[in-house]
Amino acid sequence: MRTRQRRPKKIYDTRKNNIMAKILIPTPLRQFADKKDSFEVSAATVGEALGQLTAAHADLKKHLYNDEGKLRSFVNIYVNDEDIRYMSKEATAVAATDTISIVPSIAGGR
Amino acid sequence: MFTELSKEEYQRYSRHLILPEVGVEGQLKLKNAKVLLVGTGGLGAPLGLYLAAAGVGKIGLVDFDIVDYSNLQRQIIHGTKDVGRKKLDSAADSMLDINPHMEIVKHDVALTSENAMDIIKDYDMVADGTDNFPTRYLVNDACVLLKKPNLYGSIFRFEGQATVFAYPGGPCYRCLYPEPPPPGLVPSCAEGGVLGILPGIIGVMQATETVKLILGIGEPLVGRLILFDALAMKFRELKLRRNPECPVCGDHPTVTKLIDYQEFCGIPHAAPGLEPVAQGTEIEPAEVKAKLDRGDKFFFLDVREPHEFKIASLPGTTLIPLGELGKRLAEVPQDTPIIVHCKSGGRSAKACDLLRQSGYKDVLNMKGGTLLWSDKVDASVAKY
Repeated sequence: MRTRQRRPKKIYDTRKNNIMAKILIPTPLRQFADKKDSFEVSAATVGEALGQLTAAHADLKKHLYNDEGKLRSFVNIYVNDEDIRYMSKEATAVAATDTISIVPSIAGGR
Repeated sequence: MFTELSKEEYQRYSRHLILPEVGVEGQLKLKNAKVLLVGTGGLGAPLGLYLAAAGVGKIGLVDFDIVDYSNLQRQIIHGTKDVGRKKLDSAADSMLDINPHMEIVKHDVALTSENAMDIIKDYDMVADGTDNFPTRYLVNDACVLLKKPNLYGSIFRFEGQATVFAYPGGPCYRCLYPEPPPPGLVPSCAEGGVLGILPGIIGVMQATETVKLILGIGEPLVGRLILFDALAMKFRELKLRRNPECPVCGDHPTVTKLIDYQEFCGIPHAAPGLEPVAQGTEIEPAEVKAKLDRGDKFFFLDVREPHEFKIASLPGTTLIPLGELGKRLAEVPQDTPIIVHCKSGGRSAKACDLLRQSGYKDVLNMKGGTLLWSDKVDASVAKY
């Protein structure tokens, strides 16, 4: 498995160029996001990106954050293939073309 | 300990034997292997069939369930003729039909904190095909404590996850998800549905990893979580790390024996696999029917989805799906008693909580939903 390469300093501003990072919304949460499977953001950090997502889809908020405003422990967030808990958590930098995955715990098997 | 194959087995396993990575030596490893399957449902079905076909010598099955018509859309180890039989008997028959050169051990119980260590200790590894969070954490902790790899797979609607937990040096389920979601927040397959083929794909991935671990070949799915999306037909791979602070497999574990997993998952005590008991007041379907017949005034609210309503609906109901209820409270009268129902009683319990939090006083949850209504009041209401 290839490790994610640290990108060189950003040479373009994502907002100006309209290049966006993508948040992938998993099946169980799509019902709270107008059935969308992804959401584009132009954000510098994971926290900002999720902020934009929950601003657009308010119902998602309680599924991602607890009452204290912390990410719920059964919802994992990845930037590309890395868990943000092992990077800078919600301060983890997001570059354009990054994919942010929300990976909730599911238990089905029958 | 088997040291040789019979003539019939040479023929049966021919396509394995001519693979240099397997050969007679590998096939004997399979024959001497002991694998426990927890659950013989959606994931357990392909696991059981393929591991039997592959020649795993001893397979333990844990299940206490009975085959139901609604299982047949995906649990391909059971057939129409098996409806009403114990899943253990039906699964064992299918597996022995494919391969009589094996031993099947039937554990006709629900896996619990009391029996898990005793059952699992006799096997080399465990494939987890259960359908609820308490058992997932139970299987994980028991596997970590006994140092048995846990072939993990889980499914929901069109998505699946697979990995290998509790492999020496690798992460465990608690490293990935330290805590379970509160009961009710993540719907079960019975509530949310599942594409019938999906457990086939994920279960076969679990079976593949089982065979690889037994043979000691390839790159095991350790420290990697595979996410599968059937609609996009995409596999993605995420990195998993062992958490040094994990309470079970970390450097200073605090969980050194099995705990109460119902409590850990915030579920009031009930048999595993059952819906958590709804909070507050409940009403029997027969009582609701009596109220309807008497012409009692109440608001009969159905919180299922429109496509479910088309399959089966109860008389005099108003449909507002649970996900929309918060926004559509204006449609629920304040001055009338309210009775809420869904398919089995889980979603309606949540709706009752929401209504009470929104100031509604007289709210009752109809027990057992349309399923129980069909059993107790009107059999012409379709069960799904």
